[in-house]
Amino acid sequence: MMSYFLRKLLRLGVVLLVVAAASFLLMTLLPGDVALALLGNDATPEAVAQVRAELGLDQPLLLRYLHWLGGFLRGDLGRSYITQVPVMESILDRLPVTIELMLLSQGLALLIAVPAGVLCAYKAGSRIDQFANAVALLLLAAPVFILAILLMFLFALKLRWLPSTGYVPFMTDPVRNLAHLALPALAIALAEWPSLFAVLRADMIRTLQQDYIALAKAKGLGPAFILFRHALRPSSFTLVTISGLQIAATIAGALVVETIFGLPGIGRMLTGAVYNRDMMLVQGCVAVISVGYVLINFGVDLIYALLDPRVRQ
Amino acid sequence: MSAFADDPGHETASAMAAPSPMQVRDRLGFRFWLPAVWIAIVVALATTANLLPLPSPIETDFAALSNWPDRTHWFGTDQLGRDILSRAIFGARISLTVGLLAPALGLGIGMLLGMAAGYFRGRVEAVIAAAMDAVMAFPGILVVLAVTAYVGASVPLLVIVLGVLTVPTFMRVARANTLVFAQHDFVLAARAMGATHWRVLSLEILPNVVIPMLIYALLVISRIIVVEGVLSFLGLSLPAPWPTWGNMIADGQVDLATLPYIPFIPAALMFLTVLSINLIGERLRARTDLRGSAL
Amino acid sequence: MTDAGPALLEVNNLTTHFHTPRGPLRAVDGVSFSLRRGQTLGIVGESGSGKSALARTIIGILSKRRTTTTGRIAFEGRDLLTLSEPDMRDIRGRDIAMVFQDPTSSLNPVKRIGVQITEVLARHLGLRGCAARSRATELLTSVGLSLPEERLHQYPHQLSGGMRQRVAIAIALACDPKLLIADEPTTSLDVTIQAQILDLLHRRQKAHDMAMILISHDLGVVAGYTDAVAVMYAGQVVEQASTRSLFRNCRMPYTAALMRSAPNLSDPPHTRLRAIAGRPPDMVLPPPGCRFGPRCDHATDICRNERPTLSASDAVGAHLYACWHPVASPGASA
Repeated sequence: MMSYFLRKLLRLGVVLLVVAAASFLLMTLLPGDVALALLGNDATPEAVAQVRAELGLDQPLLLRYLHWLGGFLRGDLGRSYITQVPVMESILDRLPVTIELMLLSQGLALLIAVPAGVLCAYKAGSRIDQFANAVALLLLAAPVFILAILLMFLFALKLRWLPSTGYVPFMTDPVRNLAHLALPALAIALAEWPSLFAVLRADMIRTLQQDYIALAKAKGLGPAFILFRHALRPSSFTLVTISGLQIAATIAGALVVETIFGLPGIGRMLTGAVYNRDMMLVQGCVAVISVGYVLINFGVDLIYALLDPRVRQ
Repeated sequence: MSAFADDPGHETASAMAAPSPMQVRDRLGFRFWLPAVWIAIVVALATTANLLPLPSPIETDFAALSNWPDRTHWFGTDQLGRDILSRAIFGARISLTVGLLAPALGLGIGMLLGMAAGYFRGRVEAVIAAAMDAVMAFPGILVVLAVTAYVGASVPLLVIVLGVLTVPTFMRVARANTLVFAQHDFVLAARAMGATHWRVLSLEILPNVVIPMLIYALLVISRIIVVEGVLSFLGLSLPAPWPTWGNMIADGQVDLATLPYIPFIPAALMFLTVLSINLIGERLRARTDLRGSAL
Repeated sequence: MTDAGPALLEVNNLTTHFHTPRGPLRAVDGVSFSLRRGQTLGIVGESGSGKSALARTIIGILSKRRTTTTGRIAFEGRDLLTLSEPDMRDIRGRDIAMVFQDPTSSLNPVKRIGVQITEVLARHLGLRGCAARSRATELLTSVGLSLPEERLHQYPHQLSGGMRQRVAIAIALACDPKLLIADEPTTSLDVTIQAQILDLLHRRQKAHDMAMILISHDLGVVAGYTDAVAVMYAGQVVEQASTRSLFRNCRMPYTAALMRSAPNLSDPPHTRLRAIAGRPPDMVLPPPGCRFGPRCDHATDICRNERPTLSASDAVGAHLYACWHPVASPGASA
């Protein structure tokens, strides 16, 4: 267990460094000049040079990277060119909203996908299996922003069950907080569950043909016990891997969904920063989200080891 | 028969009783042809958009603001009086252009890398795989956003960035298929007869790898059309006033409660197109027996 | 076989069809036999002869949607085929238990050994916590595993193949079943371990007066550990007799061929094994006459057109075979 963990940790370190460097380079090597972007194309060369010096852009690349990395490690991502607010502060301000949205949507997606996958594997080929597969096929073709608008139209504007836009912090009023997040989370979950469902169903069907399931039956155990206590865990390896990769899709989902439902999350902030060409903010968001993504996938690897005792060796 | 030996489970039983592959190949069926017809219509309209007797997709008609669908404007007009049918057809061009070119780019690069990795193995494979892992370490959408922030929204840029992001998956499919075929007798025979690597790769392996790659590309195309939709929904694709399905939906979202047809018409078109491509891909995959396991 | 006493298990004209796209596959086709307490019945046949399907039909773990079973399986007088699924579940694991061929695939790879044993104890005996754990330790000791307490915390992959099969046997014996079905329990194991496992099964059987169905493709295994033997071919029993009678005087050419194809320790080294030529028939569309006919040296027109029935060869009626041209003895047909 320990050596597995150490190996993974080492790999994590390397990947984090690569991701940090890439976030930095992405902003640095691309054509275009931050100073020009900031001042507009008709800026005088002197003004440009002055801004470049202020931002430290006139120093060698490696030095700038080390400087940036040092700041990043201390939690200092610089200040927004536009609002002058420290980037880290803005991010920390918005992050809880996005994290809550992602947890809710991923949880909802699993809540739909796992029972559906288990049931359909158990009754593979039956009517209910065919129905679930058809629904999954349809939803797989529905982009998250279309689902979001559809849900908003139905449940917020027509039925008026839930608010269409806005946000209330969880600490202020948990019920209203959840009411505001319900539709955004559901939109992402509806778009995400079909792929989770498909891999779980396929793996589960394979598991149910294993001898240890036959033995579990021969022990006189009931179907629910066999499905959830014997078959689910060995069937969920791909599911866990996929749900880690799926986080990337969830991030993309959060981006649009936050914009549509007016949630003050990191996704909406990033979209705004892209419009405004607030490069420090974009860079900070990209770095933080990428690192978060890498960390989540590291966590997924660990869950994998917990699920499958054979991996730990 | 011996397969039946120790597992009387249903799978072996049906495998035993399975007829020869020729019998399995039934007709493609309406689940293939119906989507195929839809795609054909969309492609035909999009490519001939300039020649069709359509109102301009960008000119506003103040006499016809927010008209619900009727006989003059089949899909109605938007808040600026622009004909939605015309905008939808011109919008299809962007979806299709990005949806076809980006995967084409990714397929080209990915296939070369994947074939090289699967054929030469060893260090070549290790380097290529590591590079692909690095690309995959980023959530793709962030790369697109960051690049757009810097360079500004443009379609060629979108094609390049999205194309590069699809390289790793194409590379994996190509490598998996190359690995399979590199072991086949005809390849070993060609090698034994002194064929060069280049000859073996281009004449023996490429024809076998390209078909599964093209079928897999359908899946990628539908995914890229969705991603382009997301980006143009966020205003990061073709700049206004030119229509894309995504920015039509975004524009329409403002008056969702009162004028739902404005966003829902392009949304429905996009949904049907993506669904059709998925259905076609699924049918073809089932026929050529290319499974997800190729990854 | 002829001794008095009520039968524990009486199988009558049992048929199991798997549903396949081509039609029903007759995995088990009209099998009958009976078994008394403490007795061991060997079931022998090539791969694909329906032995495993028969075992799984008796214990009732085949999918009801994918198979159809007819006939009668009377266990202690109750017909298992008419029992409800919950009633059947109470019998499985408690009264009838099963050991599978390969313990690597029959033990759940992601569950600790202890849990896999105690869940049976909890299910049927209501044993939980300490009581269950001490009973599990006892069981592991009784199947000859060292350090039983530590084994409880281990996963299957941490044990050797032979040890895993001992665990599988411990699971099967957990509730002192009246009938144990051992489906090729030693096929996946090393030759040296095979005898140990068979001896273990034999000892436990004698200790608990348990009935056993020992399935094997190996006549040698069956010879030493059974009271009676049924030879299966293409889903049917083609010869059935006391072990003694069968080995001394087999009548069915298929049995004779099986005996010739088994390696014999008294043969000089490098003696060629005589495999049975040809392949078993398609069980969706079996041949109309004797199913072994197409591969049989003795086959004539009647073999190809009319199916022989299982009938007695002697007045006592203990040695049954289905053949138009029975061989006199294995020696005579060679």
